[in-house]
Amino acid sequence: MTPKGDKGKEGDSSFAKKKSRRPKYSRFSQQELPACKPILSPGWVVSIFITIGIVFIPIGFAALFASERVVELQFQYDQDCVPAKYKDNAVAYIQSNATDKTCTRKMPAVTSKMKSPIYVYYQIDHYFQNHRRYVKSRSDDQLRSVAKENSTSDCAPERFAKNGQPIVPCGLVAWSLFNDTYKFSVKNKTIAVSKKDITWKSDREKKFSSSVYPKNFQSGGLIGGAKLNSSIPLSQQEDLIVWMRTAAMPSFRKLYGRIEVDLDAHDEITIELQNNYNTYSFKGSKSVILSTASWIGGKNDLMGIAYLTIGGMCLFLAICFILMYVLKPRPLGDTSYLSWNRNASGGRLNF
Amino acid sequence: MSGEHPLLSSPDSPSKPLVPPSSLAERLEQLCLDESSSSSVLDGIDDGQGESLLAREYTAVPDCGVKPGKQFFPVERECRPQFPLEYPTRHKKRQVSWGTMELHSINSNPASHDVPQAPSRVLEKANKSQGSHHKGIQFEDNLLHEDNPRLIYIDDPKKTNDKYEFTGNEIRTSKYTLITFLPKNVFIQFHRVAYLYFLAIAVLNQLPPLAVFGRTVSLFPLLFVLCVTAIKDGYEDWRRHRSDRNENNRESLILQSGQFQPKKWKNIQVGEVLKIRADDTIPCDIVLLGTSDPSGIAYIQTMNLDGESNLKTRYARQETSSAVVSAVADGCAIMGIIRCEQPNRNIYEFTANMEFNGHRFPLTQSNIVLRGCQLKNTEWIIGVVVYAGQETKAMLNSAASPSKRSKLEGYMNRETLWLSIFLFVMCSVVAAGMGTWLIRHKYQVDTLPYYRKRFFTNWGKLNGKTYKYYGIPMEIFFSFLSSVIVFQIMIPIALYISIELVRLGQSYFMIEDRHMFDCSSGSRFQCRSLNINEDLGQIRYIFSDKTGTLTENKMAFRRASIYGRDYGSRVLVADQLQEENNTGEGLARKRWKLKSEVAVDYELMELLHKDLSEDERIAAHEFFLTLAACNTVVPIVSTSTSSSCAKGDVDSIDYQGESPDEQALVTAASGYRYTLFERTSGHIAIDVNGEKLRLDVLGLHEFDSVRKRMSVVIRFPNNTIKVLVKGADTSMLSILANDSERDDELRHSTQSHLSEYSSHGLRTLVIAARDLTNEELEQWQSMYEDASTSLTDRSLKLRQTAALIESNLKLLGATAIEDRLQDGVPEAIESLRQAGIKVWVLTGDKQETAISIGVSCKLLTADMQQIIINGTSEAECRNLLVNAMEKYGVQSSNKRNQSSKCKSNAASDYLELRDDAKTSNVPKWHEAKEEGKISAPLALIIDGNSLVYILEKDLQSELFDLATSCSVVVCCRVAPLQKAGIVDLIKTRTDDMTLAIGDGANDVSMIQMADVGVGICGQEGRQAVMASDFAMGQFRFLKRLLLVHGHWNYQRIGYLILYNFYRNAVFVLMLFWYILSTAFSTTSALTDWSSVFYSLIYTSIPTIIVGVLDKDLSHKTLLQYPKLYGAGHRQEAYNPNLFWITMLDTLWQSLVLFYVPQFTYKESTIDIWSMGSLWTIAVVILVNVHLAMDIHRWVFITHIAVWGSIIITYACVVILDSIPVYPNYWTFYHLACSPTYWITILLIIVVALLPRFVYKVVHHIFWPSDIQIAREGEILSRKHKHLGSEKDEDSG
Repeated sequence: MTPKGDKGKEGDSSFAKKKSRRPKYSRFSQQELPACKPILSPGWVVSIFITIGIVFIPIGFAALFASERVVELQFQYDQDCVPAKYKDNAVAYIQSNATDKTCTRKMPAVTSKMKSPIYVYYQIDHYFQNHRRYVKSRSDDQLRSVAKENSTSDCAPERFAKNGQPIVPCGLVAWSLFNDTYKFSVKNKTIAVSKKDITWKSDREKKFSSSVYPKNFQSGGLIGGAKLNSSIPLSQQEDLIVWMRTAAMPSFRKLYGRIEVDLDAHDEITIELQNNYNTYSFKGSKSVILSTASWIGGKNDLMGIAYLTIGGMCLFLAICFILMYVLKPRPLGDTSYLSWNRNASGGRLNF
Repeated sequence: MSGEHPLLSSPDSPSKPLVPPSSLAERLEQLCLDESSSSSVLDGIDDGQGESLLAREYTAVPDCGVKPGKQFFPVERECRPQFPLEYPTRHKKRQVSWGTMELHSINSNPASHDVPQAPSRVLEKANKSQGSHHKGIQFEDNLLHEDNPRLIYIDDPKKTNDKYEFTGNEIRTSKYTLITFLPKNVFIQFHRVAYLYFLAIAVLNQLPPLAVFGRTVSLFPLLFVLCVTAIKDGYEDWRRHRSDRNENNRESLILQSGQFQPKKWKNIQVGEVLKIRADDTIPCDIVLLGTSDPSGIAYIQTMNLDGESNLKTRYARQETSSAVVSAVADGCAIMGIIRCEQPNRNIYEFTANMEFNGHRFPLTQSNIVLRGCQLKNTEWIIGVVVYAGQETKAMLNSAASPSKRSKLEGYMNRETLWLSIFLFVMCSVVAAGMGTWLIRHKYQVDTLPYYRKRFFTNWGKLNGKTYKYYGIPMEIFFSFLSSVIVFQIMIPIALYISIELVRLGQSYFMIEDRHMFDCSSGSRFQCRSLNINEDLGQIRYIFSDKTGTLTENKMAFRRASIYGRDYGSRVLVADQLQEENNTGEGLARKRWKLKSEVAVDYELMELLHKDLSEDERIAAHEFFLTLAACNTVVPIVSTSTSSSCAKGDVDSIDYQGESPDEQALVTAASGYRYTLFERTSGHIAIDVNGEKLRLDVLGLHEFDSVRKRMSVVIRFPNNTIKVLVKGADTSMLSILANDSERDDELRHSTQSHLSEYSSHGLRTLVIAARDLTNEELEQWQSMYEDASTSLTDRSLKLRQTAALIESNLKLLGATAIEDRLQDGVPEAIESLRQAGIKVWVLTGDKQETAISIGVSCKLLTADMQQIIINGTSEAECRNLLVNAMEKYGVQSSNKRNQSSKCKSNAASDYLELRDDAKTSNVPKWHEAKEEGKISAPLALIIDGNSLVYILEKDLQSELFDLATSCSVVVCCRVAPLQKAGIVDLIKTRTDDMTLAIGDGANDVSMIQMADVGVGICGQEGRQAVMASDFAMGQFRFLKRLLLVHGHWNYQRIGYLILYNFYRNAVFVLMLFWYILSTAFSTTSALTDWSSVFYSLIYTSIPTIIVGVLDKDLSHKTLLQYPKLYGAGHRQEAYNPNLFWITMLDTLWQSLVLFYVPQFTYKESTIDIWSMGSLWTIAVVILVNVHLAMDIHRWVFITHIAVWGSIIITYACVVILDSIPVYPNYWTFYHLACSPTYWITILLIIVVALLPRFVYKVVHHIFWPSDIQIAREGEILSRKHKHLGSEKDEDSG
């Protein structure tokens, strides 16, 4: 703090020295910068609440409206698609290579017209894709470039194949790739499900290289999920890319594909699915969802409800405070409220 | 520091307390014990570096005579008779057994000084000056033996340094060198527990099973903090290096091969002889051998050492003086040996003896000149170095004051403990969850796709082995540790740095405050301690020194009563008068220019121009002669060549003396043309109205505290002999002649004048004189001769001698001197008292003066009940205390401690009572209440002697009870250590903050003892300032310092701490909730860098800016309503309740942060990194808006900081998401495209802050704090001024 002062002192004459010792005036150093000093005056309080109400209620309505327009069909099939004789031993059913995994069911009827694009999701519950062991069990380096295919240090136990070669893509995430497949048909007419561009562009271009091909994948003693066609580069393995964008919560949806045709109301959709993925060992459930989208995403009434509630609450508070100010006003800056002036008559402050 | 009690008193000064040696020793020991018990307190807060110095301080205390008293007196008494005193053998014996056979040495020593050996002498206690002299010698030799004295061979540095390793004169105040900087600095930094904690966490994170964060990332916070601190320390040390270098390379003249040659200071060695010229600084502690003055006198200024600006005299021993001077002139070698005590930091004592030319004589304090002093008015001195470099007393004293820790920081640590408990609970929950989850999924985890603990490779030895799995107990343990790593910032590391930076900023504003700049001395405010800024906002007790702190320590002659007439109501400035007279009276008169102007009374001046015929005229003449002659002031005349008025030569005179009162009197006499301009030991010369009058001084009886007067016997040129006396009224009025009616009349009128003067707070002295007859003179002379050469009972004999002539005196008049109060002192004290601060005055002055000053600075008022405690024994003190307590109904502490409410009640009662005197325009709404109270406020006046008994014995609690229930406490005649004792009394018994303010060396102990020490710098010097935490030029700045800066600092730091706790806890809790939904696996959705940057970059700048710049109230309001300071007393800005409320709020906000995205992204495809990105942004915006809600004052910098840090966060997120290496690549771009993201954030912010806002508003409406009301008043009134009426706007 003092060096400045010292420097100034050295060169000057004694008079100037004395003068320079005095702190120079600036609005900053004297803490007198022009300032805005908000106080919680009744006007401010009430207008803040009203503003929040005015902003929130329309947003709430918009969100609710958008959510209402989304048509969503959900079909949980994990129990439904286990044959009766395996009901008690679903794990054995799903692990066996001999059993027929095909399952054809009718989806719930379309409630109202679904405009394309209709998104096909699969949803798994109780699947901790956010488990630390799982999230870390991958090698982004390996996915990004051929040269780094050996950087598999985080990938154990899916790290090396029998010959000591690295597994590409390594790690638990890739190993446990979801492998149920869905085919939809309406009135016996198959509806095409496009699996193109269901991933983020950035993932396809930067994170999953077009020159890295699957190698030694699912070659270990335990098959975790889907196998990959080793002639297709990773950047085009969109199911894998979707899967590897690990979900935030233990109950999650992932995009399976897109249906590019409209579905009319009351259409009956038949789904033919291959129930391959083992969620039975941890009592996870699986569903398939057809849904249209809106600006707030999928069907989600909660957002709109929350906005409406908060908006309404703020308006209510605004009214409360108005009443409070009217019924029991406290003049601002009234010195008679000062702690040492209570119970005594006081005048206004003279500033 | 009154005139009668100079601090640097030589051992034979008459003002030593009249205590028998043994009891003195005991008492000192008591004090020392006291001190050492309090030292443990100091050690506790010491950061370690001051410890050794402290230890040295306390070990140095016994040097003042404790050990000899306890251990050696008995030995001496027993042994002395058994050993014959043989002078011739002494030398031989010493050579053989020096330092090894103590008994021999002890017994041979008494022979060495030619003092009659009376066995009873040790027990003699009546005499004072002589007694203390003896004692000095006695102790000294004992000490020398005990402490293994250093032997110094004069002018033989080789031999001197041969045996003992004496330090060179190079000083080093810096802590580090280039090589030691890194290890030492890191070592010192890791003394902070918090740093060790973070180091441990960083180390933990390096272990493979726990690697939660990337390895480099986890080191970043600690490294950042270490680097910032290291840079700061390094810079400070570099500055110290620079000043050391300058100091070490100065040069002095050293006797080298027979000639004085310049040598650099750092090369000076102990034992060398050096020569110092006038105005030079002394490079090391030297014993005077000779001076340019034949009588061996040297004047030095000790400003740098003890802060006293007046000159002090030091003597070379007569034995050495002439011999050395001639030896040096002839180029002969100087031979001699000095034995002195080991280096210590007591600047008021020096015990040594010297052997020179076969004689052996003692050396005392008056023979040594210390490093840092300046030689004045003496052409040169020659001395021998006894202590050099680090061992000089100045260096030993320049130890940094023990570092203090602010109270708020103590509280902060308490709450940090709570946070650690939360942390522990959270980690335990995670660990327990992990355990139960693993047990429940025991049979699944082998194959569970998201856990899979085993290899299933079908090949190799790894097949079937577990992977990263260490069994359930270990997994639980690791889970605990890794959650500690994730939640580490629950203990806010950034807070430590933030607080330091904020304090730095606050100090900047305190230093730059123009209202605290003292124009008269050109001294700025100084922050010497950066740790306790916020303590300024919570002070409850102020302990103030009087002289130089409340007063200017510039005595001014105000009034005079001469021959029964009062003068001084009509005054003229001397200069004007001189001008007037000079024009009329010609130019021949030599004029004297004084350093300070004197106001003279015109009437009196006229009287003095009359002929010497009337009685009144003669009385006035003698009156002023007494003023000019009866003192010990040394006039220093310097002819000023460049005077503006060229008529005649104008000599300026500077009066130097140890008593400012005497200086004032002499100056006043000079104003009335009785100018003292020459003083030698034999005569004085006075210029009376142009005539030079040479007066022979036949004898001088110095002031002592028994007689309370001083007299001088002078012979006039016409051979008349007069005794001139001045003294305290109590001691003078009884020895006046009472012959005629006129005398009686005179006495009555003078007495009434005296009482009038002292009621104005003036210090009074009575002046009297009488002629001596020849017989009287002869009788006196023979007695005086006898007494002054006597070696036993000298002071007693001198007193008897004085009594002989100090009788039957003719009253001349009385003087009244004003120790002017500093500007604004009464107002400042008034404000401080309104603010609920108790002001205690601790002074070395006598009771009457202390009370009169108390009255003049409005500390004591007429309506107060004064309780005066001045007992001379323990029992008396006890009685006085108990009686006073009974009389005024003071409860004992046991009763009061039951509820602390009583105390606050007392405080508020006191506040009510004081209001009537208020000068501001606040209406008197409290009158009713005041009438309800029966007893008047109490004032306690207690003197040092009583304090000795009270502080030592178990009367402390009584004193405490009484003192705390008094609104004013004045302690007079207190010693420096007692000042500290009183501060300690309050400090140990209450939680209240204490502040000590003082200007002199005698205040140092008190300044260091108090929670906050303030030094007054100005004309007086450095000692107090060196020991202080804050230093300023004037007492009145204290008002601004406490009421304005203290308030601001307290509010700011209090909020800063709470906010930092909140800021980190909300983040950690958010992570915690998430971990609960990841099967307790300590996953963090946020990227590593975001987690690290959160508290260091994303959110730290606004807190610092707000901590430095935010102001709840303007300084005008704070000064106008001192009671607003009570917010600090009530701990409004930081208290446990606030902490818990904040934590509840934090809990709510973290839940909102976690759950709102849960709902808005329910059943969506959101991935972990997008969620993390959302949370990063949301939490940063949330905490910044939270801060924004609490900011009182938005300046553009605040805007930049708050909104800027949100922008910076966005920028950082964008940058981090643009690096393909990270898994979160492109996340943000993707998120930002969806409106859901934005409205989610909006929802989070509003929902999270709504309860807080509502709470704030409701609180504001129904339970407004004083600060809020004052703030409204302040802001609205400004609006009124600027906009006229705006009432409609607000009534929405």
